[in-house]
Amino acid sequence: MEKESPNKPEAVCPGKLELAEVKQKLARAKSGPQYWRSLEELAQTDGFYEMLHREFPRQASVWPEGSPRRDFLKLMSASMALAGLAGCVKLPLEPIVPYVRQPDEIVLGRPLFFASAMPFGAYATPVLVESHEGRPTKIEGNPDHPAGLGGSDVFAQASILDMYDPDRSQTITYRGAMSTWSAFTEALKGPLNSEKAVSGSGLRILSRPFSSPTMASLMEAVQAAYPESKWVKYEPVNRDNVRAGSQLAFGEFVETRYNLGKADIILSLDGDFLSSGFPGFLYYARTFAARRNPDLKEKMSRFYSVESTPTNTGGKADHRLPVRASEVAQVASAIAARLGVGSGATAKPEHQKFVTALVKDLQAHKGAAVVIPGDNQPPAVHALAHAMNAALGAVGNTVIYTDTVEVKPQIQTDALKELFGDMNAGKVDLLVILGSNPVYDAPADFEFAKAMDKVPLRVQYGLYQDETYDHVHWHINGTHYLEEWGDGHAFDGTVTITQPLVAPLYNAKSAYEFIFSLVGSSEMAGYDIVRKYWQGQMKGGDFDAAWRKAVHDGFVANTAFPSKNVSAKGPTLSPTTGDKGGAPDTEVMFRRDPLIYDGSRANNAWLQETPKPVINLCWDNAVLISPATAKKRGLVTGDVVEIDINGRKVKGPIWPQPAHPNDSITVFLGYGRTKGGRVADGVGFDAYEIRTSDAPWIANAKITKVGSGYGFADPQGFQYIDYSDLPKGTEPLKNRHIIRKATLADFIQNPNFAHEEEESVPPEMTLYYPYQYTELKWGMTIDMNSCIGCKTCIVACQAENNIPVVGKEQTMRGRQMQWLRVDTYYEGGTENPAVYYQPVPCQQCENAPCEVVCPVGATVHSTEGLNDMVYNRCVGTRYCSNNCPYKVRRFNFLLWQDWTTPQYKMMRNPEVSIRSRGVMEKCTYCIQRITHGRITAEKENRSVRDGEVITACQQACPAGAIVFGNLNDKDSRVSKIKAQQRNYSLLEDLNTRPRTTYMAVVQNPNPELEQSESS
Amino acid sequence: MSQGPEEKTGLLDAPWQDEPPVLTPGQSYGSVTDQIADAVLTRPIGLGWLAGLAIGMGLVALLGAAVTYLFLVGVGIWGINIPVGWGFAIINFVWWIGIGHAGTLISAILLLLKQTWRNSINRFAEAMTLFAVACAGMFPLLHMGRPWLGYWMFPYPNSMGVWPQFRSPLVWDVFAVSTYATISAVFWYVGLVPDFATMREKAQSRYTKSIYGLLAMGWRGSARHWKRYEALYILLAGLATPLVLSVHTVVSFDFAISIVPGWHTTIFPPYFVAGAIYSGFAMVLVLAIPIRHFYGLQNMITMRHLQNSAKIMLATGLIVAYGYIFEAFIAFYSGSTYERFMMENRWFGPYAVFYWALILLNLVVPQVLWIPKVRANTTWLFLISLVILVGMWLERFIIIITSLSRDFLPSSWGHYVATRWDYAVFAGTLGFFAAAIFIFIRIMPAISIFEMRQLLPESEVKAK
Repeated sequence: MEKESPNKPEAVCPGKLELAEVKQKLARAKSGPQYWRSLEELAQTDGFYEMLHREFPRQASVWPEGSPRRDFLKLMSASMALAGLAGCVKLPLEPIVPYVRQPDEIVLGRPLFFASAMPFGAYATPVLVESHEGRPTKIEGNPDHPAGLGGSDVFAQASILDMYDPDRSQTITYRGAMSTWSAFTEALKGPLNSEKAVSGSGLRILSRPFSSPTMASLMEAVQAAYPESKWVKYEPVNRDNVRAGSQLAFGEFVETRYNLGKADIILSLDGDFLSSGFPGFLYYARTFAARRNPDLKEKMSRFYSVESTPTNTGGKADHRLPVRASEVAQVASAIAARLGVGSGATAKPEHQKFVTALVKDLQAHKGAAVVIPGDNQPPAVHALAHAMNAALGAVGNTVIYTDTVEVKPQIQTDALKELFGDMNAGKVDLLVILGSNPVYDAPADFEFAKAMDKVPLRVQYGLYQDETYDHVHWHINGTHYLEEWGDGHAFDGTVTITQPLVAPLYNAKSAYEFIFSLVGSSEMAGYDIVRKYWQGQMKGGDFDAAWRKAVHDGFVANTAFPSKNVSAKGPTLSPTTGDKGGAPDTEVMFRRDPLIYDGSRANNAWLQETPKPVINLCWDNAVLISPATAKKRGLVTGDVVEIDINGRKVKGPIWPQPAHPNDSITVFLGYGRTKGGRVADGVGFDAYEIRTSDAPWIANAKITKVGSGYGFADPQGFQYIDYSDLPKGTEPLKNRHIIRKATLADFIQNPNFAHEEEESVPPEMTLYYPYQYTELKWGMTIDMNSCIGCKTCIVACQAENNIPVVGKEQTMRGRQMQWLRVDTYYEGGTENPAVYYQPVPCQQCENAPCEVVCPVGATVHSTEGLNDMVYNRCVGTRYCSNNCPYKVRRFNFLLWQDWTTPQYKMMRNPEVSIRSRGVMEKCTYCIQRITHGRITAEKENRSVRDGEVITACQQACPAGAIVFGNLNDKDSRVSKIKAQQRNYSLLEDLNTRPRTTYMAVVQNPNPELEQSESS
Repeated sequence: MSQGPEEKTGLLDAPWQDEPPVLTPGQSYGSVTDQIADAVLTRPIGLGWLAGLAIGMGLVALLGAAVTYLFLVGVGIWGINIPVGWGFAIINFVWWIGIGHAGTLISAILLLLKQTWRNSINRFAEAMTLFAVACAGMFPLLHMGRPWLGYWMFPYPNSMGVWPQFRSPLVWDVFAVSTYATISAVFWYVGLVPDFATMREKAQSRYTKSIYGLLAMGWRGSARHWKRYEALYILLAGLATPLVLSVHTVVSFDFAISIVPGWHTTIFPPYFVAGAIYSGFAMVLVLAIPIRHFYGLQNMITMRHLQNSAKIMLATGLIVAYGYIFEAFIAFYSGSTYERFMMENRWFGPYAVFYWALILLNLVVPQVLWIPKVRANTTWLFLISLVILVGMWLERFIIIITSLSRDFLPSSWGHYVATRWDYAVFAGTLGFFAAAIFIFIRIMPAISIFEMRQLLPESEVKAK
């Protein structure tokens, strides 16, 4: 494959170190996550110094003889752009509009906030971007946006690192050698003209699905210029099943939107709606959490989940039924049949009870119940869900149908198949790939690379020189969404504007500009393209004012798609029972990774290092299997198995996961990258190798053990609060009262349940005088009932506080640095345990054990009640961490901060110190934000308002579980929450008197099922 | 220091029938002096000594390499993590400090208690103390994240206007250990002065003469010298005696003051002190048995010394055993769920094998010392002493590692595995200790000459 590559760099610079070589070397030296160390090792080679001295190693040697002056200038401008990263950038002429805080000019040291939107999948995720002196440093949720409600997800939080990723493609290349934009347009003129002559019958554009109206208009323009051309949209984690399901039910593509705020009963059929990346996640998380407040008493919603793999969504369920993915359809049709939809199968005997109770509950809440199917479930399940929702009177109440947000949706796998066929048939003359990476993520049966190589001219536009890069002639480096103008629709259809926060770091064109250049003879700036489009749309009234408001707010108000009247075709469906005939060895489920997604996020070290929701594994994907099945097959953690699907094989390590259904395995996509970048490469295994177009989500496979001893990085491991994993007779961990919980019925009867068993210590039981707080006294509450375990807070904290990444090896040694962690506890066996999430930041104790033992006074009590960490004073004895019962302190065992990469220098939050090695660090309650709020209040001669200081985790939390504020203010939200009876402290009996407290869990089980489960 | 005739007789004639004397009969001033001094001045350098020194110095080189790498890269080269923030460094620190206890105990406490049998072993026991404390003293600095700022632990006037945080036991440690090191060094040196004068007189070469002359600080052995010397020596002994108790008490506070289950117990100070003496005497025997063998000092370091040391080991070992038993009892009696789990975790948890090894080595095996025949057998004594040294090291391992690795929140439990650098630094300090002992026995009188003379009947006569 390498030989065929058109991109194989000629020996331009023999004997010198090539960038590609360096990358390979890095990959060889150690596996990806260790790259922080590898660089040092590499730095000892002469070649690396040589490369350091030459800023563009490969291209440098192209210059000397007869190199055109133009190239030289281009190069210079490229390096100027790099230099500009640290210095001054020529300000773009397009006016961008800052968010509320500081409308006019930049004041040094004061961040500005800009509303923007992150395109994700086919949807736009609304964001606010914090910018320090022209450098975006942090992503927040946009509280005004109707589809965001202020929350944020892991992908948005981590996207800032994507932008500053030093592995991003930085130049245009032709056959692997650096080239220029003008050379590209020149080179493409001929082929485009000949395409015009044949109405574009040989032109294919492959992109990811999008919702951008401007891009849609460009797509139409392409269609007009090249009527025979085809624009194929494909992403590996696609919604084909959703589309096909809606076609089955309604005969057309519709978008389904759920109103969980109105839902009393929620039934999820593998619907992972509380996981980052699910369309509408932010909205669902917030509305779901709002209805889970036990103070609503009987109005608290009840959540049933039928799940084929453990997700953080399923962990929130009051009743969770783990079944194999193929059996979900059977359960669904059994439920549907009872609801009078179809004449479906009957449920298996062991599911009967669940189904009966569920159906009764659903029927009792007609109009306020909702069924949410998962994207990986076959179309029939979606059609059934539509029918059930109709039967339950959900349509118009808890379910709203609208036009699709995605522009011109298609069944993507079919479209890609057609493209594949055309390429093989030699029908394609010019292939333009827009941001996709089909060589890596196209279905394995397509052998996309081979087919692609038959196309005479291949152009790739993208952010990375990825796996596909090896098979293209032209590579055009793209812009990150923070560098470009754009637009899109949020999941509810709200028009959302993307405005750039910084000029492109590497002199890149945006996708809009790129496509525009294919159709127009002239070029147009992205700003003009987008603005012009909207000028055409926002007719009547003052466009400038409307545009300014749209850019300022980040969205156009009241543009959510109206609901659409569609009717289900009725109960003529005959869904598959899930029994695929024969005796399948083991069922394989392909799921998108909760954090790496489809692999496009694989080079993001923050996402790699964040423990995956529920599974708590990082830096790896694994073969998830139920502990019972693992035992049956004689497999233990770390055994390597070969998964064989019709002769396609891949090897992966075994990870027994509680709550996983038996006789099936789950593999996450997105790993095993070979050209993903220094972080992504060599991490995990590539499940795409066995994923075919006919079985993209569920397949039958044989698994055989081929090895053992694979080491995982799992920062928490498994913990059962009911000690079922400890030797018999040992002290139950129950007595520690870490998780306090009750059912809704118990809570109503006894609201003080959280304090029944504890041994509370009188506050005066301390040797020291109590601290006096005259004005401010900070405190935090975390509602464990709201927390959905999505881990967004961890990434937000990492971005806000310049927390370094340590890599897999160091994580395995127990040296992860994230200040905030989300503890996951199981209860009740491995088959179907209850799951609890507990985010643990620094507890900021009043009687802090860390403070007394520090020999140099590097951790001290502040006048506002925080345990301040004085990095400069710390000598690193680690005594404070030993004495911290919550183990929230993090130590720089080695130098983990990257001090040299220029991109990272720009990315960091300038208000937070960069810690060097040998220093302890921990959560500060975002002291920089507190200080900001305090200074502002002092200047205005008032006290800090409630809600004025918002910590990074609180801001990011999509469920609104975290509340922070002044405890001296009796009217503050946090004081009021702390006054509630559900409020409790962790390890209360130690008399540390934490300032971070928790709200006990209240579940709302169906009394009918509860009794059987507890027995 | 004045010893009556009765005592002398008592020393020569065993109090019990079967006990050997502290000094074999038939010695004179001259023979004692020659035997000790010749080991330094005239005895040729043997191959065994060279080999031993070479091994020791080799390990010192390893220590140098390990420490250099440590300072360059950081404590992350060790196996420590969160939650186990302390590992080999602190284990070794406590272990070495413990070993350092025997020297002062023998020199000071036994001096005050007029146990003159100590005279033949106090010198090298003191040297051992000094070297052990030097080894121990390295670790607090090495284990720091930023060792170049280690001086911040001392209260010195500075422009930052910041003092150490005096509530922290680590600051107490700084004072306790530095005081102990100072007093031990002064005590040792003062005790050497009269012997340096003897060496000066006996030395043949001019250089040796002048070096010992300098070290002897003009000692002439006049009655006035002796009078002042005796006063100072007894005074220093008085000063050193409380330190024997205080140092390890303060070291135990490093743990007892914290809230970590398994650390937070009031039994720690006596239990640590007993353990320290236990391991200290074990180390004395580990050194004394080969020295007396290879240097033919059986007539000065007699079986009496070895047996007495063995008895002290047996006694302190029982105190330590009491500590173990009471620790377990309190863990359950307290009703604290954390304490109880800590104990169960030691018994059945991931480090259980080390715990039971500790019980075997520290508690069970030393009980054979009850048997007189074992006490009279140097091989047995040597092996048991080694076992106790390993056991005491394991004790610190168990206290530090098991307590930290599983404390309050199960989500934060961790596991500690030492790296090669942990072992390198430990082996390095062992090498440093060995090399120092090897050098010491070649350049200084390993047994106090003048104090041995006092044991002779001649001194008795003259005193009359």
